[in-house]
Amino acid sequence: MSEIMTDGQGMALAAEGITVKLRSNAKITWEKFLQHKLAVVASLFLLTLAALCFLAPLIAPFEFDAIDLANIRKPPSAKHLLGTDALGRDLLTRLLYGGRISITIGLTAAMLGTAIGTLIGSMAGYFGGRIDNLLMRLTDLAYSIPTLPLIIVISSYSNTQAVGIVMIIGFFSWMQTSRVVRGAILSVKENEYVTAARALGSKDRLIIVRHVLPNISNSIIVGATLGVGNAIITESSLSFLGLGVSPPTPTWGNMLMDSQATMSSQPWLTIFPGMAILLTVLCVNFIGDGLQDALDPTL
Amino acid sequence: MLRYVIRRTIQMVPLLLAISVVIFTIIQAAPGGPEGTLLDRGMFVDPAAIDAYRARLGVDQPIFVQYFKWLGAMLTGDMGISFQTQRPVLIMILERMPDTLRLMGLSFVVAAIIAIPLGVFSAVKQYSTFDFIATGASFVAIAMPVFWFGLMMQYLFSVKLQWLPVAGTVTVGVGGFVDQLKHIIMPATVLSMHSIAGWSRYMRSSMLGVLNQDYIRTAHSKGLSRRTVISVHAVKNASIPVVSVMTLDIARLFSGAVITETIFGWPGIGRMFIQAMHARDYPLLMGIMMMGSTMVVVFNLIADVIYGWLDPRITYE
Repeated sequence: MSEIMTDGQGMALAAEGITVKLRSNAKITWEKFLQHKLAVVASLFLLTLAALCFLAPLIAPFEFDAIDLANIRKPPSAKHLLGTDALGRDLLTRLLYGGRISITIGLTAAMLGTAIGTLIGSMAGYFGGRIDNLLMRLTDLAYSIPTLPLIIVISSYSNTQAVGIVMIIGFFSWMQTSRVVRGAILSVKENEYVTAARALGSKDRLIIVRHVLPNISNSIIVGATLGVGNAIITESSLSFLGLGVSPPTPTWGNMLMDSQATMSSQPWLTIFPGMAILLTVLCVNFIGDGLQDALDPTL
Repeated sequence: MLRYVIRRTIQMVPLLLAISVVIFTIIQAAPGGPEGTLLDRGMFVDPAAIDAYRARLGVDQPIFVQYFKWLGAMLTGDMGISFQTQRPVLIMILERMPDTLRLMGLSFVVAAIIAIPLGVFSAVKQYSTFDFIATGASFVAIAMPVFWFGLMMQYLFSVKLQWLPVAGTVTVGVGGFVDQLKHIIMPATVLSMHSIAGWSRYMRSSMLGVLNQDYIRTAHSKGLSRRTVISVHAVKNASIPVVSVMTLDIARLFSGAVITETIFGWPGIGRMFIQAMHARDYPLLMGIMMMGSTMVVVFNLIADVIYGWLDPRITYE
């Protein structure tokens, strides 16, 4: 049995012959997360997939833009494990390269949305009064416009680079976070440690960052995780409509762009990129579910 | 209650005004303007002709002038004239409305009929095989892009099995109820998928919360059958928050309809929206976006009213 004795109490108890295991919060969370088998499996799968995608230049069997006109629209075979597309490009290679962009877009867009939502929500909840009123009306406003149609309109005339897509998705996916964060802050800020911090003369910004946010990080982290999946799906929907990241850079979304027309003769071009999206988002959501259980102190 | 509804309705006015300013600005921010699509086709080369075209559409004026013109007309029920077809936007939307309502309505009903029993059984038989499968299926459904699910359905049922038509609302020359039903099955299934997954999860957790309540124990101890306790006491109370979520989602179905209608060639408002976007038909885009936003705002109020009506503990001031 491992013994961690870091404070006087542990020493004193140890002296009486009792072994004490002081566990940090992070460790408790980690142990609870490991109990969620599905989330653990999903994490391992996702890490492997992400590693394969990001190592694509080293391990991919072909170049992602290597056109091979002798081998166009070939079904899966030993040479091309997942077949080739209309230009004879290897689908597996393109899936790996596409995963780099799609996963990156998912992560960064969710981070951006979470950051904006946390900023707006924490300001509204902490300061209250007029600032709260103003920011919450802003949230209501953003919430009332159907998000997907709005994102479609904006991406239809903005330059379709990965950065642009991240910005668009991030800027229109903060509303949920801001409401959750505001609600959490309203309840946390009544705690005595916040009053104590204020009495000690701490600045508002410091109180929010040091004392309030760490106590509501559970809901922020879980929300951000689900945001990753949503962003990947939004990117793929935009690309399907021809509004995502423009070719030849592959993303899982734009690989599906013209797939509807060729689906009856080359179904693999539709099935595999969609499976990649499905499995990734599924794993991300399982991890979110596991984190929710692990981070909830009442469980 | 009536005073509450009136007050909320009055509050909607500034919200909708603010929404219209935001949407108008975003739509007008498009570089190139509506003549861009004509230039792409190489139709106008004479700058004077472009200016004349812009003047005819009214897009040569400052944006705030255009906005107030739009707002003034809107207040009299005039949503403007489509750039593409030169027809009133209101008429175009109304023409497409029946097909969209049919699709959304069927999806809503199907989703409700499936999701609520699914959630109830999952909760009553928590951690059973049924619960496990239902939970797994809803995770998969939520992780699946709507358009890809549609494509897979088309591949399976239209290409491979040839049971259902790929797209459209009716076969020319055939028609009839069965034919129309065959056309609507796939789009309605695709559109309802996310709702089924979301609502059944929500119903499950709501049921689990209710089943631990004291009044359920009381009902059991009175000697009522398990069936009665669940169907009368538990489901009724557990569905209150679910009904309110479902009401909110009616407006959200519109976002899904944009994608679903595009895949299945369904001639509704969602598909018209995509066409308007490609053609940069500002008045039509504006009309459809405002319709979508108004739906969200109105159903938000309806959801709150239903909640207060179903749950006597809630009173609105």
